[in-house]
Amino acid sequence: MSTQALTRPRIDSTNGVWLALGVTLVVGGILVATDGGSLFSQNSTVSLLQRAAGLGIVAVGQTFCILAGSLDLSVAYVISLTSLIAAETMAGSDGRVLPAVLAVLAVSAAIGLVNGLLITKLRINAFIATLGVGLLIKGYLEQGYAGPAGAVPVSFQHLGYDRVGPVPVAFLLFIGVAAVAWVVINRSRYGHHLIATGGDLDVARLSGVRTDLVLIRTHVICSICAGIAGLYLASRLGAGAPRVGAEGGYDLESIAAVVLGGAVLAGGKGGVAGTVGGVLLLAVIDGIFNQLAVDPFFKQVVRGVVIVAAVAIYALRLRGRRAAR
Amino acid sequence: MDSTEPPEALLAMRGVGKSFYGVPVLSDVDVDLKPGEVHAVVGENGAGKSTLMKIASGVYQPDAGTLHVDGQPVALHNPRAAQAAGIGIIHQEFNLLPERTVAENVFLGREPMRRGLVDRRTMRARTKELLASVGAESVQPTDRVRQLGIAQQQVVEIVKALSLDARILIMDEPTAALADHEVELLYALVRRLQARGIGILYVSHRLAEVFDLSDRITVLKDGRRVTTLDTRDATPEALVRHMVGRELATYYPPKAGAGGTALVTLTGAGNARVRPLDLELRAGEVLGVGGLQGSGRSALARALFGVEPFTTGRMVLDGKPVRPRSPRQAVRNGIAYVTEDRKADGLALSQSVLDNALLASRAVRPRWFGGGARTTGVRALLDAVEVHAAGPDQEVRYLSGGNQQKVVLARWLAMAPRVLLFDEPTRGIDVGAKAAIHELIRDLAGKGAAVLMISSELPELLGMSDRIVVMRDGTLAGELPGSASEEAVLSLATGTPHEVTA
Repeated sequence: MSTQALTRPRIDSTNGVWLALGVTLVVGGILVATDGGSLFSQNSTVSLLQRAAGLGIVAVGQTFCILAGSLDLSVAYVISLTSLIAAETMAGSDGRVLPAVLAVLAVSAAIGLVNGLLITKLRINAFIATLGVGLLIKGYLEQGYAGPAGAVPVSFQHLGYDRVGPVPVAFLLFIGVAAVAWVVINRSRYGHHLIATGGDLDVARLSGVRTDLVLIRTHVICSICAGIAGLYLASRLGAGAPRVGAEGGYDLESIAAVVLGGAVLAGGKGGVAGTVGGVLLLAVIDGIFNQLAVDPFFKQVVRGVVIVAAVAIYALRLRGRRAAR
Repeated sequence: MDSTEPPEALLAMRGVGKSFYGVPVLSDVDVDLKPGEVHAVVGENGAGKSTLMKIASGVYQPDAGTLHVDGQPVALHNPRAAQAAGIGIIHQEFNLLPERTVAENVFLGREPMRRGLVDRRTMRARTKELLASVGAESVQPTDRVRQLGIAQQQVVEIVKALSLDARILIMDEPTAALADHEVELLYALVRRLQARGIGILYVSHRLAEVFDLSDRITVLKDGRRVTTLDTRDATPEALVRHMVGRELATYYPPKAGAGGTALVTLTGAGNARVRPLDLELRAGEVLGVGGLQGSGRSALARALFGVEPFTTGRMVLDGKPVRPRSPRQAVRNGIAYVTEDRKADGLALSQSVLDNALLASRAVRPRWFGGGARTTGVRALLDAVEVHAAGPDQEVRYLSGGNQQKVVLARWLAMAPRVLLFDEPTRGIDVGAKAAIHELIRDLAGKGAAVLMISSELPELLGMSDRIVVMRDGTLAGELPGSASEEAVLSLATGTPHEVTA
């Protein structure tokens, strides 16, 4: 915590999401209670946190990309691919868990490296480069797999199902990943350079930051996060699934969570704390609608409205501040 | 030129030359800078000051000449090499990240480390020391740059340069963005830096500042060094004379006689960037607008064209009050605007010559039928202004500057405008095409259009205009006849007193 934050807490776009989360919890809790259910029962809390974990790990990775002014649309397919790599390498045997995990991390890092090189060396727009890589993986998956494949041993399924009290292990993993990311972004030299690169590429370069290297590292980190999410989903499903990432909408949802957390898509502004808030907000909204058994189509509409409204509010606040100067 | 290196010179530039696309921008310029000295570089727009500063800070490589720092020859291949040699530059636009703190900005790229992480405490402490050393205790290392005023941001830029152990500071128009009381603070800061033995190259349009601050003054004109004077031996009048004073190199078409009736009348018209002013554009007349960059010349043209509309006062066009709120309305009222930045604002570079020439008429007068006739008409216009292109389907980006400008002109001629606003109509255009464009402008005026022409080139301004208004600080500094002298225009533009002899 910086001393400034302690002495002068300000509500701005990066912590506004926590306020929104609080309001949503209270209003949602009341709504669910009047409906005769409970939002805070053991069951619903566990499933809520369970849901947040997978998206959360991806969104933390996406935070790096967006802070750098980039983004990664290939994460959904990386998740599917790595869930298959994990399950097929393990093939139900306890002894092969470690090699499987290493393989997943290596493959996802390699995909991130490709993304980063396409963006920095060939100067391909991040949107197109990562979309292209994602479609490439998608093609491979569709050609090679009709359905779930491989098998995850029971020992590895602990990751997906065990809990500490009401808190799933996977959620702790998410919080752990987020904590490491927070330290990296706020305390490491790379983190400073990351934010500078996203804030203004020319300023960063003229100050001696090697911006290409920063962008490549950023994409490697983002892909590795997607790989970790793939491991978690393999453990949860007990097998690898070729469409789990795309069906979960992890690409766009992770971007939405980061933006809900107050990050600016152009880069240079945002943070992991906001992203965690954004992920929880999306999960809570999901949880409330599940409890109320709302029509899934209506659910999508509300999510869309929430995201657009959040970004609009941030933009208005920003403009208000500029005008006040 | 003395070839012996003065041993005490911090920075010495000898015989520096630079050309862009075969056009010489600087030739054989000598400048040196001693420790603790403020050396001002003055000259008109386009005299080569910025190019010289960019060479000194490693942004450009000189084609000719040498640079010495502390008597050692150096080659500055990029801005980082210049930083390493102890040369810092404070740009007009600041190179700061608004969302980051002062300390994070100052140490960007060189964050101190401790146990693998950034040592924020050291970073803040050292920033605080640096801020104190320039007497800027009011700025806190933890402040976000966005929350600081312009003057304070400038301080952060200076501190950033000092954190790199800069002994040579280049300040490019440092007061351009400052309010009056902030300028005093900058003066104090400059004197403090001087006392520390830092040499400062100070580029400014404002002669008053130059006399207040500098020890020596180098005058550049047309890319050459005219003279270097000790400030105490110089007078503003002498300086202005050095800055201008040349023969007219090109010939201009004969001027019109007396101006016709008023076509556009502004009464107290102003907006955020133009202070309320009265102005008349007359049919058949070329009204020249002089002034320094940022004096509000372009803002005036943009307001007339509805880009950033007037918010106060009245604008009367041909007897009827109008207030164009968008370029579209201005075009419909018969106003045309040839922008200063041809490539960014004037042309769709990847589209064809024909598409560019048709842009305005297609946009403002859409029609479903008869497009063929219009195309024929525009082709004829392109021929009439003598655009040299491989064909009307060639992409505009491959044309020379002069031909690009003719395409822009053809576009507006297709609209048969009554009022034409030209913003630097011949910037970056070779001499032959320049003359053609001057002929065209004069021809348009001769046919009864009212022409407003902004130009930083004094010979062009004086050669083309029937009447000249000079702007300074967003308002009219004065009006001169077409026969005025360069000195008279420059005195008004810089705010230097001058006995009008012309």
